[in-house]
Amino acid sequence: MAQPRVLVIGGGLAGLAATMRLAELGVGVDLVSLVPVKRSHSVCAQGGINSVNALTRQQGDNEWKHFDDTVYGGDFLQHQPPVKEMADWGPRIIDLMDRLGVPFNRTPEGFRDQRRFGGTLYKRTAFAGATTGQQLLYALDEQVRRYEVEGRVKKWEFWDFLEPVLDASGRCRGAVCQDLVSMKFKAFPADAVILASGGCGLVYGRSTMSMVCTGSAVSRAYQAGAAYGNGEFIQVHPTAIPGADKLRLMSESARGEGGRVWVPRTPQDPRDPRSIPEAERYYFLEERYPKYGNLVPRDIATREIFDICTTDGLSVEKDRLCVYLDLSHLPREMLDRKLGGILEIYEKFQGVDPRVVPMKIFPAVHYSMGGLWVDYERSATGGMEEGSIRNQQTSIPGLYAIGECDYQYHGANRLGANSLLSCIFSGLFVAPSVAGLATASRAGEETPRLFEASLRRQEERHEALLGRRGGQENPYALHQELGNLMTRVATVVRRNEQLAAAYDEVCVMEDRWRRCSLSDTGNWTNQNVVFTKSLGDMFPVAKLILKGALLRDECRGAHYKPAFAMPGIAATDPAGKRREAEAWCDRFEANTRKWLKSTIARHGADGHPQISFEDVDTSLIPPRPRLYGLVGADVIEEVWKERSRGAADDAPAATGAGRAVAAHV
Amino acid sequence: MIQLAEDSNVGGPGAADQGNGHSDTMAGRTIHVRVLRQDGPGGESYWERHAVPYEPNMNVISVLQRIAERARAEDGRQVAPVAWDCSCLEEVCGSCTMLVNGRTRMACSALVDRLLEEHPGEIELRPMSKFPVVRDLKVDRGRLFRALERVEAWVPVDGSYDHGPGPRISPEEQEDAYPLSTCMSCGCCLEACPQYTKIEVVQREGESAEEFERRRTAAYDRGFVGAHAISQAVLFNGHPTGRMIADERLQALTSAGGIQVCGNAQNCVAVCPKHIPLTRSIARAGRAATVWAIKRLFDR
Ligand SMILES: Cc1cc2nc3c(=O)[nH]c(=O)nc-3n(C[C@H](O)[C@H](O)[C@H](O)COP(=O)(O)OP(=O)(O)OC[C@H]3O[C@@H](n4cnc5c(N)ncnc54)[C@H](O)[C@@H]3O)c2cc1C
Ligand code: SF4
Ligand code: SF4
Ligand code: FES
Repeated sequence: MAQPRVLVIGGGLAGLAATMRLAELGVGVDLVSLVPVKRSHSVCAQGGINSVNALTRQQGDNEWKHFDDTVYGGDFLQHQPPVKEMADWGPRIIDLMDRLGVPFNRTPEGFRDQRRFGGTLYKRTAFAGATTGQQLLYALDEQVRRYEVEGRVKKWEFWDFLEPVLDASGRCRGAVCQDLVSMKFKAFPADAVILASGGCGLVYGRSTMSMVCTGSAVSRAYQAGAAYGNGEFIQVHPTAIPGADKLRLMSESARGEGGRVWVPRTPQDPRDPRSIPEAERYYFLEERYPKYGNLVPRDIATREIFDICTTDGLSVEKDRLCVYLDLSHLPREMLDRKLGGILEIYEKFQGVDPRVVPMKIFPAVHYSMGGLWVDYERSATGGMEEGSIRNQQTSIPGLYAIGECDYQYHGANRLGANSLLSCIFSGLFVAPSVAGLATASRAGEETPRLFEASLRRQEERHEALLGRRGGQENPYALHQELGNLMTRVATVVRRNEQLAAAYDEVCVMEDRWRRCSLSDTGNWTNQNVVFTKSLGDMFPVAKLILKGALLRDECRGAHYKPAFAMPGIAATDPAGKRREAEAWCDRFEANTRKWLKSTIARHGADGHPQISFEDVDTSLIPPRPRLYGLVGADVIEEVWKERSRGAADDAPAATGAGRAVAAHV
Repeated sequence: MIQLAEDSNVGGPGAADQGNGHSDTMAGRTIHVRVLRQDGPGGESYWERHAVPYEPNMNVISVLQRIAERARAEDGRQVAPVAWDCSCLEEVCGSCTMLVNGRTRMACSALVDRLLEEHPGEIELRPMSKFPVVRDLKVDRGRLFRALERVEAWVPVDGSYDHGPGPRISPEEQEDAYPLSTCMSCGCCLEACPQYTKIEVVQREGESAEEFERRRTAAYDRGFVGAHAISQAVLFNGHPTGRMIADERLQALTSAGGIQVCGNAQNCVAVCPKHIPLTRSIARAGRAATVWAIKRLFDR
């Protein structure tokens, strides 16, 4: 390996951004993907991508506020330096994508147009029609194609990543992958391997994610020893359209452009929604959250919609839980121009025109905040040190993770339009780290033998699967069972007894998986065996999600356990309110001390996840309570502010770092 | 709790009032599916019949999923699942193109209720005919991506380092470019085009992978580039920076397999699932190519 060479697994936004930068830095890249990279899941992103911009800046916005919104939205469960770095890079990233030709929507004067997304008060979100993800992905795909023509990138499309290859010291030296057409195996020696394999929605059966979001690549890295962080934090999107094969997303931009969520005040009112008078409609988000209205953060919108249907019994339909998402009051021309693409999806798959009739929607599994644990090096200004080989490195040296498959940027809950940013950012940012490594590291003598052993292991696993006879289990049916179970117990509302029981059930399913038999035993484009393999790799991920959720006895972001919820204030008299607010803040502080920690799972030899907890770097912005819509929020906030002022006076050194950086920005 | 597969299969979701007239009458019925299968490249193709229980709100993908799950043909024989491509399931990734009831289209947006209205009794699935079959409904569309290289479908930026924002673009220009930029490389336009004929190159014995690839690329490059690539050339020639290599694109469009091959049959625009104005792109490219050819004549 005279020339430095890096293996990138996955060609979504993250993988393509990394590939582009690496090629530019003169590093050769092998790019492996289950599907042609242009067909990666990132194409599904509709709404947009966040960053501070010239306009919001003049309204008082800045990178620090974007950073603050991100950590506040994420309930402070993310290390702050990487998030700060990402927010700082935001404007440059949008500029770059603009230069690459992304057809962002324009203002009459020819500037990029922006919209507002959940969890912020600023219009930070740049968008390209209703297919922003597709447009961003294509722009990167085009640049990578350019490098491919120049011979700097080699694509391996329709290939499956099977395992990282580690040397005796535990360093990653490459990987073994399989050609999904010829079913042949191949070793890919590399100076570094970057996983950019996206989310794991298929663990939940049906979700808003694409069929390739099996989480298999991440699971394989985890089983090879990589630590997994915050697995239990799974974002359930508030608004999806139910379907037999997929739960199709209705983007948050529908609400960003003025869509209103409501239910009839009369349960299951049989009237045509259009004929229900205003007074008989319950705009529950607007009433309960006057400040953010329909644009409350995702976890809150999801729980409210879920609750109004289950607890309050106000679902629009009886058999199928759903609420109205109404755009019918908005001008058709504006809807077509700004939301055309997503409205077509509704029309296409439901056969109803959402410009005329309110849509029916319900929450669905959407995004995985958790993912492979990755490292970073803090810079002097509180961001990330560019070029450090630690950035985005998993617990396996030489193995990196970026994009949705890392755990780094979104904490307990991701803000809308922040993921595309984190994907491109982590992709660009990892490149110099890995490029430095690529010239520094040299594989040892023993490496060829390692690859042979790894190839043999994978071939044997494959043959064993093909050779299974007389099993009773059908992998597709088993997958549905797993998905139903996970959706039932590990989404919006979580209860310990259910989680514990589900964990045991998943272990039983995993055993049953070993008895799955294949209906295709051939060795040519055998999708049956590929699916069955990836199903087998879903169980370790399901188990770490359940275990993490079970252990975390609190409510944080997307993780909600009613048994540990902190109710608002019941008292009505000022003194009583004050007393309760003090107690509330005490409890919040105690909870922060106990639970403001990332869940770290490691694959145990017995197949069970070994859980430990990692402290979170909150040195830049001290954690504060998320009080959206809580009864008595004002009193609690008052008490909280007094306390934080007091703390700052008492211990100037402790918050000094954060302040210095704040002044810098 | 939320949107379980169970809820949505039987009668519940979708069946309510969301515009599928068949659901009540069809419940408990069976959908008959005829699939044109082929075990591998160059092999014989053969028809196979499948029966799948009807569910409301199904699309062709969910039909294929049920076929994979059952792994039995209609006559009860155990058969390998049908191979096919899909990913996004919302008609944006371009994976799942096939011939459904003889029409080239995306399987994920082909709703069973509609298909049965069009053609009661049976759904017929065939692989695209203009691309080499890999297996069953899965074809090799490498040539389609190669065409994007031929026309240099990218903005030739200096690099990815910060140089401030891109050029100012009017809303009109954006609205012009955006539809062209939604091309998902599905290949429907190529399947429908009378001028786009199948090119299948088979690896020779003893030929290395690199040699084979080189020979295949050369063969592709002699063939027609196709409507999608012409439209991409128009997209990038319209972009203020993309335009800087407009001549190179026009050169590609006027060489062998270029725009002159197009017979203007307009089949392409009729089948594009993204409603991309392909004939307008072809007309624009044609005009630009003519002007360019004349200019070159004088420059000599
Ligand atoms: C419907 C929808 C709408 C969204 N809208 C927005 C939005 O508006 N704004 C926003 O910020 N975010 C949005 N998101 C989230 C965002 O789209 C994703 O988080 C992001 O695209 C993930 O990009 P990625 O590069 O990490 O991975 P992906 O785009 O998922 O790519 C993963 C890649 O890895 C490959 N891969 C996976 N497993 C393997 C394997 N075993 N072997 C080889 N290759 C493998 C795949 O082939 C693919 O190329 C949305 C998500 C959904 C589901
Ligand atoms: S107009 Fe040209 S590209 Fe389109 S179908 Fe006809 S011949 Fe093919
Ligand atoms: S132009 Fe239309 S039909 Fe042709 S590849 Fe693009 S999206 Fe498909
Ligand atoms: S599966 Fe993506 S277009 Fe049909």
